[in-house]
Formats: sequence, C-alpha cells, structure tokens
Amino acid sequence: MAMNQQGRPTRPNENAATGGYADTISGSRGLDQAEPLIFERGRTDLTGVDFPELKGTKTRLGGLERKSDIGLPGLSEPEAMRHYVRLSRKNYAIDLGIYPLGSCTMKHNPRLNEKMARLPGFGDVHPLQPQSTVQGALELIGELAHWLMTLTNTPCVAMSPKAGAHGELCGMMAIRAALDARGETGRRRVLVPESAHGTNPATAVQCGFHCDEIPANADGRVDMEAFKAKLGPDVAGIMLTNPNTCGLFERDIREIADLIHEAGGYFYCDGANFNAIVGRVRPGDLGIDAMHINLHKTFSTPHGGGGPGSGPTVFSQALAPFAPVPYVVQKGETWHMVEHEAEARADGAEPFGRMVAFHGQMGMFTRALSYMMSHGSDGLRQVAEDSVLNANYVLARLKHVMTPAFEGTCMHEALFDDRFLKDTGVTTLDFAKAMIDEGYHPMTMYFPLVVHGAMLIEPTETESKSGLDRFCDVLEGLAEAAKSGDTARFASAPVHAPVKRLDETRAARNPVLVWQESEDQPQAAE
Amino acid sequence: MRYLPLTPEDRTEMLGVIGVSSVDALFADVPQAARLDGPVNLPRRATELEVERAFAAMAKKNVAASETAFFVGAGAYKHHIPASVDHLIQRSEFLTAYTPYQPEISQGTLQTLFEFQTQVARLTGMDVANASMYDGSTACAEAVLMAARVTKRSRAVLSGNLHPHYAEATRTLARYMNIDVAADAPVPGGLDDVISQIDEETACVVVQNPDVFGGIHDLRPIAEAAHAKGALLIAVFTEIVSLGLIESPGAMGADIVVGEGQSIGVGLQFGGPYVGLFACRNDKSFIRNMPGRLAGETIDADGRRGYVLTLSTREQHIRRDRATSNICTNSGLMALAFTIHMTLLGEKGLKHLAALNHERAVELADALGGVPGVTVETGAFFNEFTVKLPKNAAAVTEALIAKGVLAGVPASRLWPDGGLDDRLIIAATETNTDADIALFASALKEVL
Repeated sequence: MAMNQQGRPTRPNENAATGGYADTISGSRGLDQAEPLIFERGRTDLTGVDFPELKGTKTRLGGLERKSDIGLPGLSEPEAMRHYVRLSRKNYAIDLGIYPLGSCTMKHNPRLNEKMARLPGFGDVHPLQPQSTVQGALELIGELAHWLMTLTNTPCVAMSPKAGAHGELCGMMAIRAALDARGETGRRRVLVPESAHGTNPATAVQCGFHCDEIPANADGRVDMEAFKAKLGPDVAGIMLTNPNTCGLFERDIREIADLIHEAGGYFYCDGANFNAIVGRVRPGDLGIDAMHINLHKTFSTPHGGGGPGSGPTVFSQALAPFAPVPYVVQKGETWHMVEHEAEARADGAEPFGRMVAFHGQMGMFTRALSYMMSHGSDGLRQVAEDSVLNANYVLARLKHVMTPAFEGTCMHEALFDDRFLKDTGVTTLDFAKAMIDEGYHPMTMYFPLVVHGAMLIEPTETESKSGLDRFCDVLEGLAEAAKSGDTARFASAPVHAPVKRLDETRAARNPVLVWQESEDQPQAAE
Repeated sequence: MRYLPLTPEDRTEMLGVIGVSSVDALFADVPQAARLDGPVNLPRRATELEVERAFAAMAKKNVAASETAFFVGAGAYKHHIPASVDHLIQRSEFLTAYTPYQPEISQGTLQTLFEFQTQVARLTGMDVANASMYDGSTACAEAVLMAARVTKRSRAVLSGNLHPHYAEATRTLARYMNIDVAADAPVPGGLDDVISQIDEETACVVVQNPDVFGGIHDLRPIAEAAHAKGALLIAVFTEIVSLGLIESPGAMGADIVVGEGQSIGVGLQFGGPYVGLFACRNDKSFIRNMPGRLAGETIDADGRRGYVLTLSTREQHIRRDRATSNICTNSGLMALAFTIHMTLLGEKGLKHLAALNHERAVELADALGGVPGVTVETGAFFNEFTVKLPKNAAAVTEALIAKGVLAGVPASRLWPDGGLDDRLIIAATETNTDADIALFASALKEVL
C-alpha cells in the first residue's frame, strides 16, 4: 500500500471487506454521502436540549391537552450539528464563488452586518415593548429611512414591506388608494412591459387591477409608440423596471413619466435593479411615484437560501399620504412610531392600511444600514459604477463566443440568448448544468421572456477582475466545446454535484411534499 | 473600499477591453438631467470600527429583553435558543445561498425545507405545509385569499380575538380582491360568537388559538358549524410552542392552519424577520391554490433521492397575472433556524418546553392574581393571559419599567379605541425565573 511521509495510507485499503473503501467515512468521501432525513435518523424520545424539571404545578388547560403524538424526531446536539453541517456542504453559496444570477444581485454579505444585527439592543428587543425602551431601534429605522429617501430623492418611505414583491404590493396599493381618493373607480388598467418580473402582473391583480402588456422594441426597451397607444382614461399607471430586466436603462423614462402623469396615471418603478444606479441616479428625479428597494440586493443583506427579503417602498409627494402604517416620526429628541390609522389620519395622512404585524424586517434594516454606512455616499456611487463596469466587462469578454441579446453596453447585467448554441444540440439548460461541473453557479436562464433561451449574467460589484477572467475563460471554453461538437458533457451534466440532474417533471406530476414512514409515500392530490 | 475588489488599474484595463474611455460612457442612456455630478448629501464611508461605535451608541438606547424581567408577548415571544442554531444558520453555505433555482447544488437548502414542511405538517395536524411565508400575519391574510379561491366565495369572518395586526393585514390584502371581511369586537376572557356570523356566502372563519388574550378554546364546534355551511376553518396561532401541549388545530377540524414560528429558533428582532407557517389538508384544489414555495421529493438521473422546488405552475414567475399570489420568496433562513431548533428539541423536548411555559404562566397568574385589585380574566390559557387592572394599563407598564419589569402589552396598544385601557396582556416563558415572577408581583403592588 502506498504510504505518505507520516506513514499513513494515501488511498483506501483495497483489501478491506468493505469493497475497497475504509469502513469509516472520512475525508472528501464524506462530501458525497447521502444524508438521511431527520425522520429516518432521529427518535421522538431523544432531545438535544436540557430543561429544568417541572415542578408539577396544576395545569389550567381547560381539558384541551394534546392527546395524540406529534411525530417529531429529535437528535442530540452532536448529531444535529453533523446533520446540518453535512447538508450545508451540499449548497452553493456566494462565499464559495460567483453567483451570477441575473436580476437576483448576489453580492458579498459582510459579516460586520451580522454582528451589528445581533447586538442585544437590536436582536433582543420586542416589537411591542414600550416605545420609551426602544428609542435606539426607532432611531435606526429613522436613520435608514433618511438614507433611502436621500438616495432616491423622495419625501416618504414605507419600511414595513417584508420582501420585494411585498414592496410592489405596497406601492400599487398606494396607487389604488390615491385613485379611490380621487373617485376614479374606472382606472383599473395597469401597463406592464413584457420584460417585467412575473411579480409585477401578479401584484397588479392583487390590487384589483388588470394588466395590459407593452411589447419591447428591437433594442430591448419599452416600445414608445405601443406605450402611447395604450394610454387612456382607464389607465391606473405603469409598472416599469429600471434598469430593466434586459439589463438596459430605459432611455425614455422621463418621457414615460410625463406621459403617464398627463394621462392621469401613476408611475410604479420596480427597484429590483437599483444596485446599478445607486448614488449616481436618484429615481425621484426620473419622475417615479413609487419604488420598492430590495435591501438584500442593493444593500447586501444575506438571502439565506430564499429569504428573508425586505422591500421598503419610497413614494412621491403625490402618494406619500397613502403610505401604510406603521411609520416612525421624530418629535424633538424623541422617536415615535405611528402604529394606528386613526393616529395617522389625525395628522392628515390617509394610509391604505397595515400590511404586516409589527414594523417590518428590523434584522434586515440593521444589516442594510451597516452596509450603507460602510460605503458612505462616495462608496455607494462606486458600487453602481463597479457593478456596471463588471457586467460590461463580462459582455465584452464573451460577445465573441456567446450571442448578446442586444447591441451596445449594458447596465449591471449582461444578457445573452441561445443563438450561439443553434444546431449544437446543447440547450440553455444543458449549458447551465455544465457550468456546475466547472464549479460555477449558473446564471439566470430563460428570463427575461422577451429573449429566446435567455442567459442573464449579473456579476455584481464584489467580483474581482481576476475572478471574472477565470469565469469568462470557463464560459468561453464551454461555448467552444458546444460548437465543436463536444456535447456529451452537456447532456450528462452535472456529474460533479452532490446529485445528478434532478427530475423536476416527476416532482410536479407526483408531488411528495412531506415525509411519511410507510413505503407508499404521500402523494399530494393532483 | 474594503468590499470592492477592483483597483484603479483594473478599472482602466477593463474599460479598455470594453472599448470606452470612462465609466461615464456606460451611463450614457441615463438622461442628462438625472445624472448626479457628485455624491449625494450623506456621510462618507466609515471604517468597521466607526460603524461598530455608531451602532453600539444606538443599541445602548434600547432595553434588551435579556436585561429585564420580561413578560411581553402578543404575537412575539422571548424563548431561549440553543447556541448551535445561530452557529449553523451562520454557516456560509446556508447564510449566503440564494433561492434554490439550481437544485443539484442546493440540496442543503432543499432537504431542510422538506424536513421543515414535514415538521410543520405534523405539528399542526395537517397533511402538507409550504416552505414558509413572510410571517404569521401575511400567512393569515394569504390563507383567507386561498379560502376564497377554493370555495369561490367572497366573505371572511374573523374572530374578534384574532391579533388585530393579523386582522388588519388580512383586511388590507383582501380589500381590493373584493373579499368582504366581517369581525367581532375583541372579548378578553371569552371566545366571541363567530358561529352566528357564518352564512352560505362565507368562505372561511378565522379563529386564533391561543387567542390574542391568551385564551385557549375547543375549535371543534366552530369547525362543525363552518363545514355545515360549506365554509373552511382557518386556525391561527402566534405561539407555536403551545402545540407541544394543546390539541392540534388539525385534530380539531381546521382546514388551513397558519401561524408564526418565531418562538422556535428565531429571536425577537423587534418584529422581523419572522417565519410564517402555512399548512393545509391534502386536497387537489388546496394544493393548487396554496401560496408560496414548496419543496418536493424526486430522483436524479441515477435514481437517487433528491429535492427540488415544485408545483411552480401556481407561481408568479409562470402564471404572471393568474398566479395564486405575488409572493416570490420565503423566509428560508428563518425556516432553517426553526427546523434546526425543532430537531434539537424533538417531540420530547418540545413537550417539556411547552409544559415549562405553561407552568411558569400558571405561577405568574397566581402571583399577579394575588395582588389587590388585579383580576385574571383568562380561564384556560397556555403561556399568556390577560389581567384587568384598577388603573390605565399603559401607565402601569411605564411605571414598571423603572422597577426592572417589562410587564406585557397594554390592550390599548393594539386597540386604541377598544375600551380596554385597563387590560394588560402578559406572557410568561421558560426564560422567566421565580425571582422575575416575584419581582413582577411586588412591583405591580407598589405601582397600583
């Protein structure tokens, strides 16, 4: 057997009874093992938490004691640690490498932000403890609101929306409330460009509007003639993303704002891509009436595998009175949170209501403000510039081998289509899965819908030039491999991931949403 | 700038590759009038040390729950969270991952969501659960919309003892969907009579248990009355630890169960981020109409088990204006914290924790009930109850701060015009010591 300098085997003992592998799991092989579910490993009589004994005080439950078992397995602390650490190793993450999901803005998550959010004065305060005992927390919300209003040049911000889509809802509800206040019950049509996020039309419908799609023109922006033709007395407003989901700045945005206002409608701007212009362009100067800001995107709060988000929504003077409760106000040296509509109305406001219990995503506010203060007004401007520079660099490096969807420069994300894969037999999905084998998270695929086989790459400002060079080299290599007929690697990809390509159709046709002990797995009715 | 890797030389070189002379050229599409020449009027960049000092100064102005005898509840609860929970959720691979759009390299997130869904379904006594909502209040509002879709009816009946923030969030979301929302007045100590409001147009009845005053109730008569008229029962909870001790909503006939999972794994955080739980019966129309994300089991190309996000045809990114909701995220990290803490507890630990909470609350109720002029109004309760005071409860609460007690939530904080100014909603958990309880009782006696 081969031995290293310490006299230890450098490869598994081939004579072992375990079929060539050591009978203990160690080293990198641990990365590949199937991890059972807690329901297959734990026991309901096992716990990883120690509690004091009960005293036996007489209960006061009114005869409503639980009679059935729950079926919750427990694990001791070391077993639980291993279970979740092993699972964590089956995840890609921004701390492992570039995460170029277009329109998702996966940038570095500074750990200072985590430390600040965990200060007991922020992490361990209750939303309903007396306001006199949370003056610093209210001040922090007020300070963050000030930064957001200054960066957008708007007079009002609603802090409570819990995510970007929730912020959209907040903005569109304010528009609905403003129209209702004007007695304009006939304005129910919302113009939504084809390239909009699916949340935009879904949001408009939740506010009682219906959607009218505006097509994109040949250079990926709102078709102005089509837009003008759709204006009319029944138009409530427009929902526009800027920079848009093709990675482009809407050149005619001021004209769009003027025209929608002249037509009596409001301008909702989807602020998901604020990242690209923060510190360089103030959306309030573009004529918007409402815009949500995804704190996790522009201001780096970690997304934790799908959330939490946070979607504060800024308003123009026209919509400010309709912003929801709660909101903070400063009265002399004291901070106060207005929590009830009645109190707001006494001040002359007309809030459309309350969107959520308590005050919003405080834990995200702390992280976002920590990030903002770290950059400052000068650094945030640099953020926008570097995010745009990085995206254009990727576009320039790859435009010879992949096919850019549109001519010219882009903002903070580079959009390609699948023309370069034509006749290769390799699909956009295959190409993405092959990237996994090269150690990269794929870009956003098939979105925006206006482009066939779209591949939307957003590097963000926290990628280095050398990192982008490596990334571009890999994509160049894959594109060349596809074109030269080396396609087997695409069809089988990924082979180096914890699992091979997963059957998503099967999951949808035969949904198994919870684990059950019996052999016949539960099947959601379908 | 410590977070930005590009050097000035890098930038120059990159501009050369792009073929433009300056970064300004990349902003050429921005209308001239909207371009800022210089930085906005905000402070310039701060070092890590400077940020820490500024935050410490703000944090110091707050009274942290761990620094006082703490009895504040009404929808958010102070519990002890094992150290390993925060350690695990701060692992880079969980903390800094995105929505698992590429399942082959997101199995960690997806498997934990599948485990989470199974835990939530079992706790609530339902068949299936989703991968979490923003919080309990938005889960409640979405449940009402789902009930309207499923029953094709447009009237919701809310119990007056539903947390008023939940009721307001529900009204806000339902308003423009043309769903009529009826509600009773809040009734400390009892359950309002929602049954009499159920009619043939009613899509759902929404009842909180334990209710906002802390009272616990048998939901079975309400479920029967709702079902008799073709309506659904939506059961809401804000304190999930209660499900370790009292009968599950599913066992009492609920069709949809929603609530707040903050008590398990998620700290107070001044109101968010929290984790909304959403579970329902396994019924074709239910699953298809469910809001939010779902993790499902499948196999890979080698036939090995794996997990993916599934049934996305309900979602906004496929269905756009015909989607079941506009939600495009979940509370992934909070769901992870929940599932880790719940795994550490296990059934044995959860039941013990629930019993401890109840025991502390009973002892507190007895101690406060012994203070002259104080009446405990909640008969059957879990870890929260309401007292009637001889004075304004908000004033009493303020007076108790100086004595080191954060006493609870005055009902007037939730209903400023509810005629409940003398009521105080008080929660006890396993974090309250005998000394805390004795201090509360003696301090209350002094300020009354």
